[in-house]
Amino acid sequence: MITSEWLYWLIGAFFIAVAVLIVTDREHAKRLGNAAFWGILGISFFYGTFVAAKTAPSWVLGIAVLVMVALAGLGFTGTTARGGRPSRTRVASIPGAGVGAETGPAEPTGVMARQSSDSTSVLATTSPEERASFATRFGNRLFIPALVVPVVAVLVATLGPLVTIGGTPLLAEGSATLTGLGIGSVLAVVVAVFVLRPPKIATPIREGGRLLQAIGWAALLPQMLSTLGIVFTQAGVGDAVGTIIKTILPSGSLLAAVVVYCLGMALFTVIMGNAFAAFPIMTAAIGWPVLVQGFDGNPAAIFAIGMLAGFCGTLVTPMAANFNLVPAALLEMRDKYGPIKAQIPTAAILLVVNMGVMYVVAF
Amino acid sequence: MQSRLSRMFVLIGVAVVIVGFALRVNALLVVTVAGIVTAAIGGIGPVGILTAFGDGFASSRSVTTFALVLPVIGLIERYGLQDQAKRLIAKLDKLTTGRLLAGYLAIRQVTAAVGLTSIGGPAQTVRPLVYPMAEGAAIKKYGSVDDPMREKIKGFSASSDTVGVFFGEDVFVAVGSILLITTFVDATYDLALEPIDLALWAIPTGIAALLVHGIRLLLFDRKLDRMAADMRGASTTSGVAA
Repeated sequence: MITSEWLYWLIGAFFIAVAVLIVTDREHAKRLGNAAFWGILGISFFYGTFVAAKTAPSWVLGIAVLVMVALAGLGFTGTTARGGRPSRTRVASIPGAGVGAETGPAEPTGVMARQSSDSTSVLATTSPEERASFATRFGNRLFIPALVVPVVAVLVATLGPLVTIGGTPLLAEGSATLTGLGIGSVLAVVVAVFVLRPPKIATPIREGGRLLQAIGWAALLPQMLSTLGIVFTQAGVGDAVGTIIKTILPSGSLLAAVVVYCLGMALFTVIMGNAFAAFPIMTAAIGWPVLVQGFDGNPAAIFAIGMLAGFCGTLVTPMAANFNLVPAALLEMRDKYGPIKAQIPTAAILLVVNMGVMYVVAF
Repeated sequence: MQSRLSRMFVLIGVAVVIVGFALRVNALLVVTVAGIVTAAIGGIGPVGILTAFGDGFASSRSVTTFALVLPVIGLIERYGLQDQAKRLIAKLDKLTTGRLLAGYLAIRQVTAAVGLTSIGGPAQTVRPLVYPMAEGAAIKKYGSVDDPMREKIKGFSASSDTVGVFFGEDVFVAVGSILLITTFVDATYDLALEPIDLALWAIPTGIAALLVHGIRLLLFDRKLDRMAADMRGASTTSGVAA
């Protein structure tokens, strides 16, 4: 039976392969620090299987996590000699204008543009001129591998759960979406190699590693924030916030109760980074006792809209790193809060809409 | 024996996060220190803290699956994917940056509403396709784009994906947040809510999200018009000065 663990091993193998490429790259400014970071991260993806199965001690993985944080936090990772911030790398829109400046790995201008595509540097890629001529040569065939990922992912996610071998399902319960993404990604690489015929078989790993280093330590951030959410819950942060919110709730006003429930969901989500963590606490504090029992509201409408009010908080918090900070790193933005800034007005309007809809339809 | 006041001390961890993010200290350090501080105040010992970090890492590996898409995206970028995306857009006269992003928002939301959330994402679609096309549309209209414009285009490209998936997926019954609600309230309050009832109540907000963010994306074209005018003004001035 295929489980999510298979996928995590694939991710771990990719990280380790990138670490090996970095360690053999003599031109890399921070060779050992980066190799250690991605290598430990890769091994942790394998070791995590045994932690999840409770057959290996968790504290060992905890030490590995702290080592990775120290490597990133103390500036041993990143792709530039100065500072380790991965998002500060974009230099110029005109090819060649960034020569000598702090140039990022995925931006083939400046220093990088002078390297030919057969350079041994792990950060080397094609120059803008080469890319333009390749684009002319391959045309819309370039889109085929990009489309393989979602098509295969969706096919596996929808049809995969129906497949059984000898009575047992092929895919473990709940793993269909992730498995689909994994199979889609691997097939897409195969298709891309077939269509584009890159010079070396390691080229996909090398180019993937270039993007991975553009993301840098932000790749670890979503997992650290999930961990922080768990620690917050264990330590009773939720109960403390719930207690405070209860005390500011004026009794007797339906509108005030709706506003406090929705606002509480959003604020709580901003703190925890996840509406799922906010929902049980806000619902226990206000949603159930006040709105459903006290004002006799429709529970399905209150809970569904309350969760969406929490999503408004997710749109504006750096704590939701995978939705807000990872895209900024992936797009190599200077301002890592750029996506959040684009989302704040929408989130604010939708929070008010949620309050209005709940007030009108649920009572 | 904890008093009500001492229970409030765990909020110091939240304060660490807020101050750390506001001062833009390395986010990994902020989050780790906040975790250690919160756990220590909450009475969790050193081994317990390490165990919490280890367990948290192991159980949250699924959020890092975006990394799997990077090899194929990096490979096709090497062969000019972003150039080709820009050329494709240059052929479509009426397609502006705002209209393109509003169209992507609608597609992302509708596909998420029928359960196809894995069809897009920052790594799968925004970096290789949506952002280059959005920038290509702007270059077609203004001739070139400067750094402030590029930053805005990137921010709005990312937002069209995130808003679309957030307010689309809850209309689908088998999504995590709907199942979390039913599991939690059915067990805690002895209810028997149907996922379909919850999903239906997500539709009004979903429509509002499409309208609000869609209109903002269309208005983004005007913002870009102004920024392009500023850019030309600035380059004329510097040209005179030179």
